[in-house]
Amino acid sequence: MKLSLRATLACVLTGLYASPGHSAGLEIQVEIPKIDVAEYHRPYVAVWLQSADRKIVRDLAVWYDYKMPKEEGKKWLKDLRQWWRVSGRSQADLPDGITGATQAVGTHTIKVAGDHAALGDLPAGTYEVVVEAAREKGGREVVRLPLPWPPQASTSADAKGETELGHVQATVLP
Amino acid sequence: MKRLFPALIVASLLVPAVSQAHDVWLEPSSTVLSGDEARITVDAGSGNDKFYYNHRPLALNDLAITSPSGKAIEPENEFKGALRSGFDVTLTEDGTYRIAVAGQGVFARWKEGDQNKRWYGKPEDLDKNVPKDAQDLMVRERIQRIETFVTKGNPSELEPVGKGLALSGDTHPNDLYAGETAKFVLTLDGEPARNLKVEIVRDGARYRDSVEEMIVETDDQGRFEVKWPQAGLYWLHADVEDNKTSTPVAKDRNVAYVATLEVLPE
Repeated sequence: MKLSLRATLACVLTGLYASPGHSAGLEIQVEIPKIDVAEYHRPYVAVWLQSADRKIVRDLAVWYDYKMPKEEGKKWLKDLRQWWRVSGRSQADLPDGITGATQAVGTHTIKVAGDHAALGDLPAGTYEVVVEAAREKGGREVVRLPLPWPPQASTSADAKGETELGHVQATVLP
Repeated sequence: MKRLFPALIVASLLVPAVSQAHDVWLEPSSTVLSGDEARITVDAGSGNDKFYYNHRPLALNDLAITSPSGKAIEPENEFKGALRSGFDVTLTEDGTYRIAVAGQGVFARWKEGDQNKRWYGKPEDLDKNVPKDAQDLMVRERIQRIETFVTKGNPSELEPVGKGLALSGDTHPNDLYAGETAKFVLTLDGEPARNLKVEIVRDGARYRDSVEEMIVETDDQGRFEVKWPQAGLYWLHADVEDNKTSTPVAKDRNVAYVATLEVLPE
């Protein structure tokens, strides 16, 4: 997993975001890689941020088979086993705001506004953005990116997964 | 030896779930589940090699499944095979289910002339089966608990066990991860079980050269810690002998405990 902080690029991005009404926020890009197997199922993916001691955990996105009858898609949520441990298992129902359908191969962007519930009252500290993917008849992978909060300047961190995740990038805007 | 044989066969047919010679276990198909309704299957056996079904099924007479809210849950599709017994459990509540084969009995050994006699059963049936004035009568009480834990949703607190050996402590039995250290307390009749050896063995011993058992000892408050070397199913065992019998005729008692714990990868 290759990690790099790319403040320069982030500065460029800040320019793009400097439109009227813009506030602090977080943008996460998650690449779901093409995997050449006979039976492919889109992965379940959870994206969240957590403090080093895992006492603060904020969900950003959970992609799963949420439209299956009788919520049968929940049966495999526990396979996102780190997310299940720190967050999923303690929630009777997942909020609509974070759940979504499983996503196709490609790069997907999650935008979290600064006043979103996950960030609005986030105490200052060092966090990490965690992206976990688990695929039916496939494997599981976790990618972690550093997230300083509140950000002093626009920064971006990225990493590349090796199996179930491709390029993952988190850009934070002050 | 020839005379001993029939008595031994009878004794082995009536073998209490925990015997000196063989290990016993429950093996759940999953311990961490999600969804509105979940189902697991549990295999049960006894033999020399933990989780290998090559000797006898485990008797399920004393099986009790307790839901997170304390309800008694009926096992489904219970069966007894030649080498294992088993049953299914449907989990509808969120929280932790305790699945336990926990029982108590008395073991008696005596002589009738030159014949050795043995009997094992419930204390209340002792008088019917064992002559009071039997020659060389030895009566021993046995308390055993063979259990595992399964959680749907968030782990919930488990009711303390008042009788025999049991596991409690800071770490929930369904929140175990490789590389982490679990902090447990072993209790005996609800009190800390002090300075007792606890044996812990990972499954899959067939695929390695040694059993790789871990032996830890409880401290003077019954506490012990286990740092899980890797993910897997673990067999945890302890036993103790003392004279705190609840059956007056029994001179001493043997208390045994087995838990099956699943450790997940980090």
